[in-house]
Amino acid sequence: MSAQPVSHSVSSPASGGSSLLPFVVLAVCLIIGPSLIYPVFLMKALCFAMFACAFNILLGFTGLLSFGHAAFLGMASYSSAHAAKVWGLTPELAIAFGTLVAMALGTVIGMLTIRSRGIYFANITLAFAQMVFFFCLQAKFTGGEDGIQSVPRGSLFGLISLKSDMAMYVFVAVVFFITFLMIYRIIHSPFGQVLRAVRENEARAISLGYKVEQYKLAAFILSATLTGLAGSIKALVFQLASLTDVTWQMSGEVVLMTLLGGVGTIFGPAVGAFVIVSMENYLAELGSWVLVVQGAIFVLCVMTFRRGIVGTASYYWHKRQQG
Amino acid sequence: MFEILGITSQALFGQLLIGLINGAFYAMLSLGLAVIFGMLNIINFTHGALYMIGAFVAWMLLNYLGVGYWWALVLSPIATGTLGVLIERFMLSRLRDLDHLYGLLLTFGLALIFEGLFRQKFGSSGLPYRPPAELTGGTNLGFMFLPNYRAWVISFSLVVCLGTWYAIEHTRLGSYLRAATENPALVQAFGINVSRMITLTYGFGVGLAALAGVLAAPIYQVNPLMGSNIIIVVFAVVVIGGMGSILGSIITGFALGVAEGLTKVFYPEASSTVIFVIMAIVLLIRPTGLFGRST
Repeated sequence: MSAQPVSHSVSSPASGGSSLLPFVVLAVCLIIGPSLIYPVFLMKALCFAMFACAFNILLGFTGLLSFGHAAFLGMASYSSAHAAKVWGLTPELAIAFGTLVAMALGTVIGMLTIRSRGIYFANITLAFAQMVFFFCLQAKFTGGEDGIQSVPRGSLFGLISLKSDMAMYVFVAVVFFITFLMIYRIIHSPFGQVLRAVRENEARAISLGYKVEQYKLAAFILSATLTGLAGSIKALVFQLASLTDVTWQMSGEVVLMTLLGGVGTIFGPAVGAFVIVSMENYLAELGSWVLVVQGAIFVLCVMTFRRGIVGTASYYWHKRQQG
Repeated sequence: MFEILGITSQALFGQLLIGLINGAFYAMLSLGLAVIFGMLNIINFTHGALYMIGAFVAWMLLNYLGVGYWWALVLSPIATGTLGVLIERFMLSRLRDLDHLYGLLLTFGLALIFEGLFRQKFGSSGLPYRPPAELTGGTNLGFMFLPNYRAWVISFSLVVCLGTWYAIEHTRLGSYLRAATENPALVQAFGINVSRMITLTYGFGVGLAALAGVLAAPIYQVNPLMGSNIIIVVFAVVVIGGMGSILGSIITGFALGVAEGLTKVFYPEASSTVIFVIMAIVLLIRPTGLFGRST
């Protein structure tokens, strides 16, 4: 039984007439955000938004469901924390190091998994992520259950101190905006078009002469790298790298964010990340109910709301415009 | 008494026994996953949670109703299996025409709900569950001490696994099942209600998970986290064995449990990762798993 691909809901994500407006709105939100909301919370949401956008390159635009993205987030977060704390690197170098580690890990895991498809792919990436989890649990440099604590934020290029939350926020917001534009650019490049062709009909893409496996691998590595960027920054924001980032629940959470926001949409994952992070914030005192609510959102999204927030919005928007 | 590489035979056989016990649970759980995967083409992420529920039903039967182990061994799989039937009937069946990844995501969400609910009610520390009086004590085999309950778990799960294998490969019902896996439309045309068969298959797989849960209750404590702790390892077992192979999942389940136990003896640091390392190696050599068919 062949079936609709996961991202069926948005057949042409922002195709053709892309407008500048959403990006302006995004920039304005980023600028006025900290005057309305606590900056640390905003930074957390932005890190997860970056994570979800990176993840969406795979799920939304290549049609691959990875259930092991926590491995990249966590390893990058440990690496950049280690680089900043033990080696005393400046933040940009620590982040670059963490990102590179995620990229390397992504290359290795990608080469091992990319030949598998669908459910197999999900399952195998999950197992590899779990391997990374046990490695982090036992390795010396990660500090086991304690993690790496009180990581110094340091000074950007050795000049600008990131100690205050506001300075850190500006840095995170700028990196987020650039990453977001970059992902948008990549998705709409010829490379992105091939990825979408792979998602829609892999056999046809092969018969058209594309080396599909290489494209998929490239998408995987790209996604892992940007996930690593999010993880590295997160470690500096919270001055902490811990096991939470490597658990399989984290891999599930990013799927949830993407699904809720809208698989295969540009803004969906960011919106989903915002909703989930704020939900966790408000429900934090309720303990295990967070799990129940997350699960319930999952079930609702899958059963009745497969387009996600942004997907649904753009569906009705286009419908109205067409008359 | 003898020693290999400075390890006493007692330690060796002790770990071997633990490995076999773990292997028994891996085998039963991956068998259920394989059966479900064969019919529904989804990886049942709720499997771990349902295994946990199976153990909790046994615990609740004992503590709320005073119903003992032997009845729990029957009632808990039936109750949990019924829950599985409801899940299939009202949720999974509506996703049949969509990408199978949605099924995976749905079962993942359900797993979160179940785990969250039980953690909310029972906390995350374990609750004790005593083995039945008939199976307490143990036998001295000369080279090691074998607790009776563990011997029972290993032999009973072997019987269940091989029974399931026999039922699927060598009975009429099993042949319907295999035929429906290959070509549901054709089997439907022969007048067999494939839809109901899918539902019941799911219920059966869930029942197996619950049965494993009841068996596990006296060994590990009954704990809301017991499902998510084991399920990821079982996924790796399924990948190694090859998806959908019944006998393959049984053999790999036991073998990997033993491999894990032996690693604990000779190189304890690697004991939690060894299965994943084996998985990586198997994937490099045989991407479809040891017993899997190519897709």
